[in-house]
Amino acid sequence: MDRNLFPEGVTRCGLPKFSLWMAFVSIFFLWGAYAAVVIFVNGIGVTGLDNYFGFGLWITFDLAVIALGAGAFFTGFLKYILKIDQLKNIVNLAVIIGFLCYSGAMLILTMDIGQPIRAWFGYWHPNVHSMLTEVIFCITVYCVVLLIEFIPLILEQKQLNKIPFVRHFAHHLHVNMALFAGIGTFLSTFHQGSLGGMYGVMFGRPYAFRDGFFIWPWTFFLFVLSAVGTGPIFTVLVCTFIEKMTGKKLVEYKVKALMGKIAGSMLCLYMFLKIIDTWAWATGYLPSVGLTFDEMFYGNIYGKWLMWVELGLCGIVPAIMMITPSIRKNPALLYTAGILACIGVSVNRYVFTVQTIAIPVMPFDTWEFYAPNWAEWTTCGMIVAYGVLVLSLCYRYLPVFPSEIKLNSK
Amino acid sequence: MQQIEFDTKWTMVVDIDKCSGCGSCMVSCQAENNIAPMEDGSNKLKTLTWMLVYELNNGKEFPERESAYLPRPCMQCGNPACVPVCPVVATTKDEEGGIVSQIYPRCIGCRYCMAACPYHARYFGWFDPIWPEGMEKALSPKTSTRPRGVVEKCNFCHTRLMDARARARAEGMDPNKLPDGWYKPACLESCPTGAISFGDSKNPEHKVHDLIKDKNAFRILESIGMDPQVYYISRRDWVREQSDNHLPKDKH
Repeated sequence: MDRNLFPEGVTRCGLPKFSLWMAFVSIFFLWGAYAAVVIFVNGIGVTGLDNYFGFGLWITFDLAVIALGAGAFFTGFLKYILKIDQLKNIVNLAVIIGFLCYSGAMLILTMDIGQPIRAWFGYWHPNVHSMLTEVIFCITVYCVVLLIEFIPLILEQKQLNKIPFVRHFAHHLHVNMALFAGIGTFLSTFHQGSLGGMYGVMFGRPYAFRDGFFIWPWTFFLFVLSAVGTGPIFTVLVCTFIEKMTGKKLVEYKVKALMGKIAGSMLCLYMFLKIIDTWAWATGYLPSVGLTFDEMFYGNIYGKWLMWVELGLCGIVPAIMMITPSIRKNPALLYTAGILACIGVSVNRYVFTVQTIAIPVMPFDTWEFYAPNWAEWTTCGMIVAYGVLVLSLCYRYLPVFPSEIKLNSK
Repeated sequence: MQQIEFDTKWTMVVDIDKCSGCGSCMVSCQAENNIAPMEDGSNKLKTLTWMLVYELNNGKEFPERESAYLPRPCMQCGNPACVPVCPVVATTKDEEGGIVSQIYPRCIGCRYCMAACPYHARYFGWFDPIWPEGMEKALSPKTSTRPRGVVEKCNFCHTRLMDARARARAEGMDPNKLPDGWYKPACLESCPTGAISFGDSKNPEHKVHDLIKDKNAFRILESIGMDPQVYYISRRDWVREQSDNHLPKDKH
């Protein structure tokens, strides 16, 4: 029925099947939208956040999706600036994922701040000393850049592209894409770093505080590296997920392996610096404020196992796996490494967000526990559902994968 | 950020050995600052308690067990962790006296300042403030009420400083050189044991000027370097030991 809207030369499932899928995902979207309405009407007192945990699941989720969305700026940088042409087959997907991750994070933030209608104050009354100001500027501007990068793909939709003006407009945007890729790389690098800087400058919180270079704590650079070490492989994982769902080959494996190699190289560099950073923190900074490494961990949800999982199982292991050619050539192993790396970066964002503020800094204070409630889970689920819905529409109606026809011809 | 030094440094000194933990300071703070009672006050992690009394103990069992009470207002740090992180300059430390201000109409409720403060001195308005019928008539007319969704905190009853300065002007005195006792926060006034002292620690005519030099005076978390303007006094070693974190080898 909607066949005329499909990209040239591809096949898609029937509309009823697609509608059923969209309806299924929409349940999660609407459930989260209901929670969002409750939150906007009653305030964020309805969440599991409290005076100890001003930051919780939402900020963890935001930081994690923004790190995972880093495939967009880094792949764009490699494709348009460093001219690694092979990546043209996956860069569209990377841009869409980046846009979804960033716009999703911004949607969550509108709920997360107590006064959503004052969100623009970040521009109007900026505090140049605050890392969060830098985040506000870069994240919103970069989201616009991602939209500009996304628009040519939308305009390439078969029916839209028949309109001469649209076709020419899309063409000119394409021609200038290197410029946007460059701006995007600059903005995204800075705000990925500022997200890390947000924690690193909190000198009242010994779990997160780091010295650093000039105004930037080490966490600034570690966050950038961890994002570019996982973003590209997350793009590969999403691509593979779409392939499994649709039963089609969309991107050549060698492109995926190249993305894995890029992510693995970055992850290796990140792990090298992260381990040095952790060592210096544990043996240098903590004793200087009368604390020990052991005091940074407590019970199960704040246990040391989190650190070993983050640095070992989900850090060193996938980094080695992705830079080892024989392992990288095996799809199952590459995907396993990718999943581990994505879990690792999410754990990193979790501990910096929650563990940091759970630790009693005053000696007579106690550890507090935080559990997100339904309102936080469902709104995060809404963002995931939003991503799946948009991605499903893009796959069905837009020419996302340039090599799809060639790979699926019999 | 560069630390600003002021000619006046409003300082609170709490004698822990005199504090009985009665909570009068908490109650007077609530009343003075128009802090609405919560419909369900059972979740203490969502209540607004600008002044909070902590219970300390020496870690021993009865009959050796000893307790102490430590009232904790905002520390009004000389080098505050909350100020540089605020993205919208809703919180600043730029007025003579060094009180860390909080501009409620500008706060966007991002709660970054709460995450940065290790003293847990900042509180978020999780719910709309609702006063029981009739109680709204008893609200303090000089203190602004806050909507939900903004961060609030102790400001050493800043409105009382305004009153004291107005009085000084009316009497032809320098409003930035207030005599001792002209400016008193509500918690001090209601304290039945006289545990709380308050004044300008840079003015030799003020009692706190000498109190902060007491050999038993200390501040919380000095090693982190936030330079609080709230001091405590205790003659008990085990109380002073809990003022900061220590490695086993530097236990005193």
